[in-house]
Amino acid sequence: MNAPSLEARDLTKSFGKFTAVDGLNLRIEGTKCVGFLGPNGAGKTTTLKLLTDLIFPTRGECLVNGIPVRDDRKAALARCGVLIESPEVYPSLTPYQALEMVADLRNLSGPERRRRIPEALEEVKMSEWSDKKVGKFSKGMKQRINIAAALVHDPEILILDEPATGLDPRGMAEVRDIVRTLKQRDRLILMSSHILPEVTDVCDEVALINKGRLLFYESLDAVTSRFNAAGASVDATFARPVSDADVDRRIGGLTGVSRVERLDARRLRLHLPPGLEQEASLLKSLVGLDLGLVGFQESKSALEEVYLSQIERGD
Amino acid sequence: MATASPTPAAPAADGIAPRLPSSVIQSLRLARYQFRDYLYSRRFVLMLSIVAALGAIFTALVGYFRPAGLLAAPDVFYGSLWAGGVPIVIVFAGVIFGGDAIAGEFQNRTGYFLMGLPVRRAAVYAGKYLAALAASLIAVLVFALILVGNGVFYFGADALPLAFVASLLIACVYLLALLGATFLFSSMFKTSTYAVLVVAVLFIFGFGILQSVVTDLAKIEPWFIISYASPVIGYPFASTLPAHVVTHTSATGAVLGTSYNPTYLEGIGIMFGYFLLTAIGGLVLFEREEFA
Repeated sequence: MNAPSLEARDLTKSFGKFTAVDGLNLRIEGTKCVGFLGPNGAGKTTTLKLLTDLIFPTRGECLVNGIPVRDDRKAALARCGVLIESPEVYPSLTPYQALEMVADLRNLSGPERRRRIPEALEEVKMSEWSDKKVGKFSKGMKQRINIAAALVHDPEILILDEPATGLDPRGMAEVRDIVRTLKQRDRLILMSSHILPEVTDVCDEVALINKGRLLFYESLDAVTSRFNAAGASVDATFARPVSDADVDRRIGGLTGVSRVERLDARRLRLHLPPGLEQEASLLKSLVGLDLGLVGFQESKSALEEVYLSQIERGD
Repeated sequence: MATASPTPAAPAADGIAPRLPSSVIQSLRLARYQFRDYLYSRRFVLMLSIVAALGAIFTALVGYFRPAGLLAAPDVFYGSLWAGGVPIVIVFAGVIFGGDAIAGEFQNRTGYFLMGLPVRRAAVYAGKYLAALAASLIAVLVFALILVGNGVFYFGADALPLAFVASLLIACVYLLALLGATFLFSSMFKTSTYAVLVVAVLFIFGFGILQSVVTDLAKIEPWFIISYASPVIGYPFASTLPAHVVTHTSATGAVLGTSYNPTYLEGIGIMFGYFLLTAIGGLVLFEREEFA
């Protein structure tokens, strides 16, 4: 069996004079979860719509499992589960009927349907609503049904456009769990997101896009290494205000601390060389100063740091 | 050159990957769900209410006034009431079920749900068309039942003319054509309200006015207007068909104007022509429409 793949070749999409995607070349292959990142208007959703034939390229092409989507969308999307821009289900259908329609159009057999539809509804925690009409549902509930519809045939490739949109914190955590489960089942998942911790949590690789152009496509490990080479920073929170004298003499003088920024009276940002050992050592030293340390955490994740630096460079 | 995966590619585990059904089967399956959606929708209730209202008005007027001419024979009765009423029912069905059938997919975002699936756009278009056709047929049949009920009351069960079946079949062809046209207009818009408004204005008033303008001012036969074909629905009840071209003259013999009646063949030809052209046109538009 070939590895699943998604590919954009010289992909360009213009809306009038505005170019949303500009000569994008990207090939994602194998079973993994890829986070598709970028600021608002970067071209993430446009790219995903092009990959799924919802819109058409001005130039270039998209291939799913090697099949050009413009030539044969049916064959190209056969093994895909797609969730783009919070679609709406026909309001008079129940979740079960909506998934039944998807299963019918995908030709799932009767036994498969009877097994998979309840499973998919259970995965998105909508079993108890399976016989209620979708028209009355909240945005978050509808999004759960959309996720279930993308999962019902156990797809080889999953294309998710900000799947946590409209979900409450519990729902967001559940989406992460679903993606993790799918990763364990050896699937290719391409997920656009604004939520960097979510991407860090579940993705193996990240592709960053800005102004329609791909800035980088790397493994998360490579991103982390790149960030760590540039140094780290931690935010320290104290139970009581820290005096300037303590900041300058006692904290600023600790081994490894290259710079101290005051965030407010009780919070400081400390810059130090890269590495967890350095952070552990600094934590021990801060506790030893007896200034009432109550919080100690990395000020930005590696991904966030790289994301911001790359976007700023692009701007 | 594409930026390739930074880590080695591994094959996917086997999932459920059944062979997809043919596009014909997919459109039939989609039609089933769309039809169910229509059945439970408010627009279906609205359509049935219009049919019921029209049937009630006909029943009440005939029952109250008992016009001798109308009740002279079953052919006259059905030729007047059925042939006069069913084009109205068909126009309303076209507006209600076809007006926003395609535009609604964009505005209500249900298209994003459907088009993420491995289905050809033609299958979606055909499925929606079939569902609208089935829902409209129910409305036409309900209207037919109301009139047949009246007919049985006045003439007895044996008096239902065979011509009624022929007329019903022609009405179905007119419905095919009119729905095709409403789908074409619906494919031109991404907003339901605009689509319904344009279709309603066009089919309830527009084509009628255009037909008068073309006949009276341009003095040509309006064979390219769909509503021109609708009188053919009543032809099976007529003992003699109206003349194709009627010249109206004054008492002094001066020509006042010319009016046209479609021939059988012409009327049915217009209907099938509209159906084919609008189906192709609508499909081409839908194929090019983007879910941007």
